[in-house]
Amino acid sequence: MRIELEKRPRISGLFSILSPLLALALTLVFGAIMFSLLGKDPIDALYSFFVESLLEVWSLHELAIKAAPLILIAVGLSVCFRSNNWNIGAEGQFTMGAIAGSILPVMNPEWHSPMILPLMLVMGMIGGALYAGIPALLKTRFNTNEILTSLMLVYIAQLYLDWLTRGPWRDPQGYNFPQTKAFVTEAVLPEILASGRAHWAFIFAIVAAIAVWFMMRFMLKGFEVSVLGQSERAGRFAGFSARRMVWFSMLLSGALAGLAGISEVSGSIGHLQPIISPGYGFTAIIVAFLGRLNPLGIIAAGLVLALTYLGGEAAQLSIGISDKVARVFQGLLLFFVLSCDTLIHYRIRLIFAGAKPAEARG
Amino acid sequence: MFEAILLTVITASTPLVVAALGELVAERSGVLNLGVEGMMIMGAVFAFAATRYTGSPYIGILAGIAGGALFSLLFGFLTLTLVANQVATGLALTILGLGLSGQIGESFVGQPGIKLQPIVIPLLSEIPFLGKVLFSQDLIFYLSIALIIGIHWFLFRSRAGLKLRAIGDNHGSAHALGIHVIRMRYLAVMFGGACAGLAGAQLSLVYTPQWVENMSAGRGWIALALVVFASWRPWRVLAGGYLFGTVTIGQLHAQAFGIGVPTQLLSALPYAATIVVLIIISHNRRTTLINTPASLGKPFVPDR
Repeated sequence: MRIELEKRPRISGLFSILSPLLALALTLVFGAIMFSLLGKDPIDALYSFFVESLLEVWSLHELAIKAAPLILIAVGLSVCFRSNNWNIGAEGQFTMGAIAGSILPVMNPEWHSPMILPLMLVMGMIGGALYAGIPALLKTRFNTNEILTSLMLVYIAQLYLDWLTRGPWRDPQGYNFPQTKAFVTEAVLPEILASGRAHWAFIFAIVAAIAVWFMMRFMLKGFEVSVLGQSERAGRFAGFSARRMVWFSMLLSGALAGLAGISEVSGSIGHLQPIISPGYGFTAIIVAFLGRLNPLGIIAAGLVLALTYLGGEAAQLSIGISDKVARVFQGLLLFFVLSCDTLIHYRIRLIFAGAKPAEARG
Repeated sequence: MFEAILLTVITASTPLVVAALGELVAERSGVLNLGVEGMMIMGAVFAFAATRYTGSPYIGILAGIAGGALFSLLFGFLTLTLVANQVATGLALTILGLGLSGQIGESFVGQPGIKLQPIVIPLLSEIPFLGKVLFSQDLIFYLSIALIIGIHWFLFRSRAGLKLRAIGDNHGSAHALGIHVIRMRYLAVMFGGACAGLAGAQLSLVYTPQWVENMSAGRGWIALALVVFASWRPWRVLAGGYLFGTVTIGQLHAQAFGIGVPTQLLSALPYAATIVVLIIISHNRRTTLINTPASLGKPFVPDR
């Protein structure tokens, strides 16, 4: 049996909507198979993985907490990916944003002022943007591959955070735990509702997604992003600069990742510690693709991926499967999303052995 | 002392060289597979598992190679048959590989492994100094050298290698000449996967003979950088690989001596070195353009 692709005359509108859903369905089927291989009842396991965490108020709050950084980062990445700039170092920009944003509360632990929180958020964004500026500078100035440099910078940022929290920034009264002093209340991102822990990061994420959606849909800048992404040459004829686009997309995604980093530290953790993220920067890549690089789609995709984190924790407690299953789910999902996207541009034809290849048509 | 350091440098460099060589062949055929890290870690866990169940690290090596090659087929199916975006699919392969290997290897954490023993080559190993360093190594080191010679011969001296390079430089023309573009690319991708798997086997059987989650620690990505560094030429992979191996071992020894620099700074050195090397290699736009396979990363759908 052979598989042949035939280019569709136009992009299929039906499959543009259907393909992420199809990918989700296939992931669930494979998930069920995986669970039965692990010796669990697949229906039971899928239920506790994907449904149970949606039934209670507190877990909905947790969902918003986990979705916020994913959406924030993925929205920035969507602009990068659409313009053909492959920033995959969001995890590092997230970390650097968290560090830069924490300078004020860690260095001035006695500073009680309503000004501190806005300053922290701005510094977090600057920190993330500057860190994303490194691969942008290297790409525009030295022609260096941004995939490799941005990824290498992730390891460096994580080691830097490790050094800070074990060394100069460690709380001297912290019983030798590698963490900074807890932030003062003024430096903690407030909760949205009284009913649970979800904090303002989720609002930031929604606002960012809508703003970037507006830019991509209605502003010249958005058009510039798509044109340069599809053909740099065509963009040059229109007077757009690919070099400036590298800077724009990298700084934007770095700033959003930095905002996600400081929001996570300030709102969810309350101090700096060596590990502040369960891989949000990498999972956000999946979110961006599952949302079909559309900021509104990314909101939905962020909630789905947040659910895999929650479900992983829940399933570990209730039916005793490893929380690593969540990572497998995330990887599978990205694979299915990418394969289903083929359906948008191509018709797929199965050709069985012995059959003649498709006849030429006029 | 010097001899001991040299031996550890070889151990640290071999996985980088092997993985980079596999990726080099894939990229020469025009396929950019960013999933090296994922294939490597799958090779590592397969090799460890097979060694544990059979007691033979040689079966472990075979399992590692098979694991990497099978896993790369997933990438091949998506990018070659379904023409999915190669960058995104490579990332997916890495994410899935790290997750899946963690899941498979969960019960192996903390279990003792079996170390692959060196093969001492008679006579040659008795040469003072060099003999001990070069001729009493494990099988994977010998394989790494054989691979360089073999790949160099294949790419630049054989007919099939010429076809492979033709596909990498212009798949449209190659297809018009009757070369099976997709079939050769599948083979190149699987070869890359097999090499990454072999490199992973080296990690869990020689470098640190045990299973640790995420034990590849970015080596797959460094291997990708090495291919650029080597400007797609096999012998330069050797030089690059040993440069990185030396930096890695150098910083480990510096940590052991406690030279008053934070250990984190030293651990960051191999990653920083990768960036510096990439800058040096890429800054001349024209030479980069000449060396890079022209079809690298571009999708190909045969017209009929």
